[in-house]
Amino acid sequence: MTEYIIKNGHVFDPVQGIKGDEADIAIKDGKIVKDSEVGKSAKVIDAKGKTVMAGAVEIHAHIAGPKVNLGRIYRPEDKLFTSTPTKGLERTGSGNSIPSTFKTGYEYAKMGYTTAFEAAMPPLFSRHVHEEMRDTPIIDEGAYPVFGNNWFVMEYLKNKEIENTAAYCAWLLRATKGYAIKVVNPGGTEAWAWGLNCLSIHDPVPYFDITPAEIIKGLIEANEFLGLPHSMHIHPNNLGNPGCYETTLDTLKLAEGYKAKNKFGREQVMHLTHTQFHSYGGENWGNFESKSKEVIDYVNKHKNITIDTGNVTLDETTTMTADGPFEHHLTGLNHLKWANVDVELETAAGVVPYIYSPDIKVCAIQWSIGLELALMAKDPMRCFITTDHPNAGPFTRYPRIIKWLMSAKAREARINSFKNSDKVVSATHIAGIDKELSLYELAQMTRAGPAKSLGLSGRVGGLKPGMDADVVVYNFNPDIPVTDPEQIETAFSRAAYTFKSGVEVVVNGDVVNNGNKRTLWVDAKVKDNPLVMRDIKEKFLKYYSMTQSNYESLGHHFVPNPFAIEVDATQ
Amino acid sequence: MKNPPALYLEADTISPDWFAGKTAAQIAELPVYEGNTPGKLGDYFEITGNAGPTATDTKIVVKGDVKKIKYLGMKMSAGELLVEGSPDQYAGAWMSGGTMLVKGDVDAFAGIGMKGGELTIEGNAGNYLGAAYRGDWRGMAGGKIFVKGNAGSDVGMYMNGGEIVINGNVDVHLATHAEGGKIVIKGNSPGKMGGQMVEGDVVIFGTIDVMMPGFKYADDVELEVDGSKGLFTHYIGDTGERHKKKKGQIVYGNLYQKI
Amino acid sequence: MSKIVTDVICPFCGTLCDDLEVEVTDDGKKITDVYNACAIGAEKFLHSQAKDRITRPRFQQPDGTWKDATYDEAAEYTAQILAKAKKPLMYGWSSTSCEAQSMGHEIAELTRACVDNTAAVCHGTSLIAIQDIGLPSCTLGEVKNRADRIIFWGCNPAHAHPRHMSRYSIFPRGFFTVKGQMSRKLIVVDPRVTDTAKLADVHLQIEQGRDYELLNAFRVAFKNEWLPDMVAGIPKEKIREAADMMKSGRFGIIFFGMGVTQTISKNHNIDEAIAVTKDLNEYTKFSIMPMRGHYNVTGSGEVLGWQFGYPYSVDLTRGFPRYNPGDTSSIDLLNRGEVDAVFVIGSDPGAHFPISAVKQIARVPSVCIDPHITPTSGVSKLHVPVAFVGVETDGSAYRMDNVPIDCRKVVDPPEGMLTDEEFLTKVRDRVKQLKGRA
Repeated sequence: MTEYIIKNGHVFDPVQGIKGDEADIAIKDGKIVKDSEVGKSAKVIDAKGKTVMAGAVEIHAHIAGPKVNLGRIYRPEDKLFTSTPTKGLERTGSGNSIPSTFKTGYEYAKMGYTTAFEAAMPPLFSRHVHEEMRDTPIIDEGAYPVFGNNWFVMEYLKNKEIENTAAYCAWLLRATKGYAIKVVNPGGTEAWAWGLNCLSIHDPVPYFDITPAEIIKGLIEANEFLGLPHSMHIHPNNLGNPGCYETTLDTLKLAEGYKAKNKFGREQVMHLTHTQFHSYGGENWGNFESKSKEVIDYVNKHKNITIDTGNVTLDETTTMTADGPFEHHLTGLNHLKWANVDVELETAAGVVPYIYSPDIKVCAIQWSIGLELALMAKDPMRCFITTDHPNAGPFTRYPRIIKWLMSAKAREARINSFKNSDKVVSATHIAGIDKELSLYELAQMTRAGPAKSLGLSGRVGGLKPGMDADVVVYNFNPDIPVTDPEQIETAFSRAAYTFKSGVEVVVNGDVVNNGNKRTLWVDAKVKDNPLVMRDIKEKFLKYYSMTQSNYESLGHHFVPNPFAIEVDATQ
Repeated sequence: MKNPPALYLEADTISPDWFAGKTAAQIAELPVYEGNTPGKLGDYFEITGNAGPTATDTKIVVKGDVKKIKYLGMKMSAGELLVEGSPDQYAGAWMSGGTMLVKGDVDAFAGIGMKGGELTIEGNAGNYLGAAYRGDWRGMAGGKIFVKGNAGSDVGMYMNGGEIVINGNVDVHLATHAEGGKIVIKGNSPGKMGGQMVEGDVVIFGTIDVMMPGFKYADDVELEVDGSKGLFTHYIGDTGERHKKKKGQIVYGNLYQKI
Repeated sequence: MSKIVTDVICPFCGTLCDDLEVEVTDDGKKITDVYNACAIGAEKFLHSQAKDRITRPRFQQPDGTWKDATYDEAAEYTAQILAKAKKPLMYGWSSTSCEAQSMGHEIAELTRACVDNTAAVCHGTSLIAIQDIGLPSCTLGEVKNRADRIIFWGCNPAHAHPRHMSRYSIFPRGFFTVKGQMSRKLIVVDPRVTDTAKLADVHLQIEQGRDYELLNAFRVAFKNEWLPDMVAGIPKEKIREAADMMKSGRFGIIFFGMGVTQTISKNHNIDEAIAVTKDLNEYTKFSIMPMRGHYNVTGSGEVLGWQFGYPYSVDLTRGFPRYNPGDTSSIDLLNRGEVDAVFVIGSDPGAHFPISAVKQIARVPSVCIDPHITPTSGVSKLHVPVAFVGVETDGSAYRMDNVPIDCRKVVDPPEGMLTDEEFLTKVRDRVKQLKGRA
């Protein structure tokens, strides 16, 4: 393998506390090494006057799986006139809000992202998720199976059987080669199978008679029992409704008293995702307002929580989520085409296109809320930048969000050009915020922070020798003051160089190598649990529409390059 | 046309916007595609004359057999395009301005996604005239399409603005999912008209073989259409579809049939 | 002595039953019996054992006889015709694995071809409707466990998806449907008195070609609006009764097939049926699901979807995907004489396309990949037999409700026979050389 030395770049590495010093980064055999370890024949990359960071880590996006593909298939208009032809090593790409798998891999790599996680994998469809991940070039990926509406989980937790819940979770993670315990609209999506919902954490689930609060706490306990690399990752109840911030605070409070137990350096017990959608005040769309302050104040004070923002980008996009009832509600509001799939014993998914127009007051307030959360977060290692792609906007807009976060001038220009700018300002905090994110903070919020939250802090998200050589060089000189904020967006749109596992994959915005992407998954070993195994066997015989053997069948051709993270939970 | 293609030719570069500011020699260099094989406009057509400095000042006349030429006039925003023959699919598709006149017939997808301008067809039109592109709820938004002959099925699907006038007959599924706009048919329709219509107007002078059950009789009205007055039966619908309210009144789609 | 291979997936129809048990000889080389499959599925396994199978590629001679060739020669011919063509068409894909489909897509992208699958003559219109209005749906297990209102509209599962009713839709005792058939009410809409209609609680014997009107009438009935006395040959009282029956259930599902997807209104029928389903969700829980025919047409749509963005009728001639059925769809391409080479795999357009389109296949350079002799192979210049996916080779497939199941290999293919994926890989490698991209 070629050795590299990236010389004289301004390095931003929260893992080593490097805040822009000029330093060299050496790469050998897929890892970052000390400069002294590479030979004279190492290829020199001139990073003088440029910014060097680790490859970014996408903690939550909808990029692979049945609802993503349903979105692609049912939106030919998302691709009209904007597809890119086959070019060099790149296959043809299509899709603005829902890119094809090829385009997904290329676009992430070109922006300097090297690891991404599919936010919600319906376990019955795990083969589909893995087929799409296999066809997504360059970036390492993993997927989070959903547990919050799962019949096994609800039955065990109703009886407060944490060890059985943990055994089932370990089995399911292995059967689906999943990475973490994801919870979406707990209980509400099972209620949705009857056309109902759970809008507060105390609404009982029809028939199963368990509350979302019990599901959430039970899964936190199961997660810590197993000691998984990531924490329970939750999309709370009541998403998107005016006043929902109260449900969010109720949900956050459930984490009180819990401590993270794991060998991966993770410190949080709850990761609350796309928090922007969960920080709404007011009682209706008329008096809709930002409650980002209330939410971020709580998060700032409670160190066992991490969040990601879910920033609105003000584009035409497609919403898609396992929060089935929410999507039905949304189509009732905007009358756009609604797709829905309820999944037996497990979950559901909904898809509805959405246009975040800067002319609409509510959309502009949503835009503000996402930025407020990031700017008011006191610990950038616990607040990460996402768009909940494609829900609040396409991930290809990350450079634009970075521009807004790093330039108060850019924010001001955007606020002043809103049609209802006065109303927006009075319903939010955004106009009063001067803070501009530094590059170091950006590195914390997009690299080191998510890596740590995911239990990957020893491997990715930093440039310490021994870590994976996922390195990015941006054409951005931190020494030169920014005259035009567009320069920020341009610089972060196309990396000068992206390295993945020590291989040069992107040079000046072109893909030069497809690399050898890995699929990260968690293999948790538990004590033998014949009761749970018998329950699984019984449910497959009686209720599933597929045999257990075929459900568990996830052969090598689906996951050609697996990377299992071992967890020993037998004690 | 001097050299007809063996397969079909995609000639979206034949439009005032592409020709503007170019000489005949430069126009001949414009790209066209026969399947996956790129070529030059000059390989297939003889070009005489120069374009105007802008699209608005450009007038194009296309002579010869164009029945295998697709995308003529696509996305034109200004100027004039006259086609003497009968072009293939997508004539005037996604037009936003200017005037296009076709002396012969047009094939399917003529005028889809139209935003403005005028498209006149002296012969017959194929299916999907003035319709939306697949999956797009934003169909024809403006402009005017006039057909002297008959039109096919799926006229004006997801229409939300502009006007379509058809002198002859139409086929099934006119104005499906329409949310605005106006369609006038001088001839007859076999039915399935106005299905899932939210808003908009359809005026028909001839017969409708089978009415959609979602259209109910409202009243008889006098209308002036195309310069002449007449008495029309007024139906409102689609009563199975969603409708908004304006000043407390439900806003329906309107179907007027000449008495 | 014999062995039983369990959890075998049946590679025939979109029901994709995965509980088959196949009995093989002790040495694992021959299939001797099949359990749990319907008659069609059993035959798929058993007929693969026929002694007179074509086992080598063969070229059609000018005098109509056939001459054997090697797989390498077949791959060479295929690569040449696809690489040279200005607008090749690669059609079919519905009876092969996702892995093979994916390899085929690479070839299509390299040769800038059109790729299409059997949805073009089947549920393509459903896909158009889904693109226009969406799709409230569910997995088949949800139907089994919850559904108490079943509607079969324009389909006859008793014949076309024989185990559908016993595995999912009518007879099973699920978690919330412990009384099985007694938990459910069945409405069948069909002009004919089919074997499925004979099981119905309500059979609406609709006037042919008027499904769009009847579906509209249901939506009108839901809103309690005025209805004419008769719609589609059904009296308005019966329409309102059926509407009430739908609304009064706890969980309903509409299954539909060719009776509505390929009759006059095509996608509009499905569009309005989806609108009916969407409306019903204001009153209760309702879903709708297409009865996909081939066992992996859904898979072809999924793979085309995630790789190119569209589920069928994909045109790659400009190097990037474009889509518009009517323009990019196979029958139109053939009828209009728009393609100059045809490659068919995992389907039989010779039997299913209008004769005017089939004549085009005969006129241009053409390849047919199929274990059988079919009307398509009959008009092709080259016929390449391959192993049966799900019998002689494994591969990923997607059920009619989009659930992915990995088909198993039960026995080896005949000596020296390649799989689709292996043959396509040869073609892809040769095309890369011809295009200077090796």
